[in-house]
Amino acid sequence: MLAKGEKMNTARIREKVAFTVLGLITLLVVLPIVLTIVYMIKNGAGAVTWEFLTQSPRNGMKEGGIFPAIVGTIILIIGTMLFSLPLGILSAIYLVEYAKDNLFTRLIKLSVVNLSGIPSIVYGLFGFTLFVMVLKFGTSILAGSLTLAIMSLPVVITATKEALESVPASFREISLSLGATKWQTIRYCVLPYSIPGILTGTVLSLSRAAGETAPILFTVAAFYLPRLPRSVFDQVMALPYHLYVISTQVPNMPAKLSFATGLVLIGLVFLMNLVSIILRAHYRKKRQW
Amino acid sequence: MVAEVVIKTVSLKCSFAETTAIKNLNMEVYSNEILGIIGPANSGKTTFLRALNRLNYLNVSYSQTGEIIFEGRDIKQINDSTLRKKIGIIFALPQVLPISIFDNIAYGPKVHGITKKSVVKGIVENALQKAYLWDEVKDRLSTSATRLSGGQQQRLCIARTLAVEPDVILYDEPCSGLDPISTAKVEDAMRELKKNYTQILVTNNTKQAARVTERCGFFLMGELVEIDETKKLFTNPEDKRTDDYITGRFG
Repeated sequence: MLAKGEKMNTARIREKVAFTVLGLITLLVVLPIVLTIVYMIKNGAGAVTWEFLTQSPRNGMKEGGIFPAIVGTIILIIGTMLFSLPLGILSAIYLVEYAKDNLFTRLIKLSVVNLSGIPSIVYGLFGFTLFVMVLKFGTSILAGSLTLAIMSLPVVITATKEALESVPASFREISLSLGATKWQTIRYCVLPYSIPGILTGTVLSLSRAAGETAPILFTVAAFYLPRLPRSVFDQVMALPYHLYVISTQVPNMPAKLSFATGLVLIGLVFLMNLVSIILRAHYRKKRQW
Repeated sequence: MVAEVVIKTVSLKCSFAETTAIKNLNMEVYSNEILGIIGPANSGKTTFLRALNRLNYLNVSYSQTGEIIFEGRDIKQINDSTLRKKIGIIFALPQVLPISIFDNIAYGPKVHGITKKSVVKGIVENALQKAYLWDEVKDRLSTSATRLSGGQQQRLCIARTLAVEPDVILYDEPCSGLDPISTAKVEDAMRELKKNYTQILVTNNTKQAARVTERCGFFLMGELVEIDETKKLFTNPEDKRTDDYITGRFG
């Protein structure tokens, strides 16, 4: 009996050690993120004032606010969403529900996954060539949104695909067995249950799009444009590019303004995620399984 | 009594990829009967049921030759949606959608274009009553169907099938996950439904087949060994294999 008890003890000790190690590693991963945010808040929070949020930059961007850049980024997020959501979700539906499982389909699926690994500057160059030069949209909101949309498509498609595939096959069988058509089945019995997953993926991709500099560098971003855009063919300022400009291109820039701009960008992304969390909870509550 | 043939299979052969599930099936199903299908696992019972409303085709490797005649027409000439509305199925495990009891039953009518609230309400109540579930759920139609017990869920599935007004109801081992009392309730519902529906019951439980069916077929390794009146099949089968199965000597 004693021997058995000792054995149990070593097992317990091992478990404790394993949990501690795992916990420490997790802490190690989270720590840099927390430190970054704390550092930014410490250095930048003081500069985030109402004036900073609502006024245009003045005096070589060393004074005033970042209002046009905030508006620009919001416009770009909406523009990206307008293109990437319908395209991505619809093509994922096609790939999962309709496409025959053959070599061609598998090739497309593989390409989609690999596309999400392409550096964003490549998307920037592609967008510049296609939308700005060939299609002659000029450096504009339209060209920038399209470029960001193309960049986020792979993530939207992959997330939607996974969300659709995670809906139990029995749901489809129930619906079909009651005489529903394939589209009715997708519309009423598959999509409603995949919305939480689709939301997570799309918001993630839009967050990334909001923070990217490279794709908008040649396609839409303005160095300094203190007025708001009048059409989709206008340029806009955007937070990430503005941050890049004031951090590297403007001499004697007060550091707190850079940190403040970064904080606003993080806040914006956080806000988007918050909305998605609320929506997700709402949908989960309605349909649990 | 001359019974009307509702379903007839002619040289039906069903395969999944290289595996043949049903070899050469010629049988008839009469209107308003409860036809039992018994047999060991992998004998082709479920494949037979799912061939009747073409659910087998959801599996891409499935192929089929021969004919299935439903109400005088080859089912190949009937579109999936119409066929499945006419031939409903109850699955082995209660499969409810994670939405309210009401919405579960209203789903069928909805996809068939019935949207008027008062009409849908009537259909839902009628279906629940026929499935012997109305009294138990009438005060909580808006709660999630997943909160119901297994037996209630299975009767909800029957009600859901009834709501699209089928002619034939297929049961694929409907009581395999249920306790004896719930099983009895499902069987009661089946007996009551006999008046208006043709029913086919696939079951692993030979006692259940003896209790509720009038005619019964015995499937073995993709073949229909014998089909006869239940009483005769269980007391005096013609084929030795049937006898062996029923008396529990194999399977």
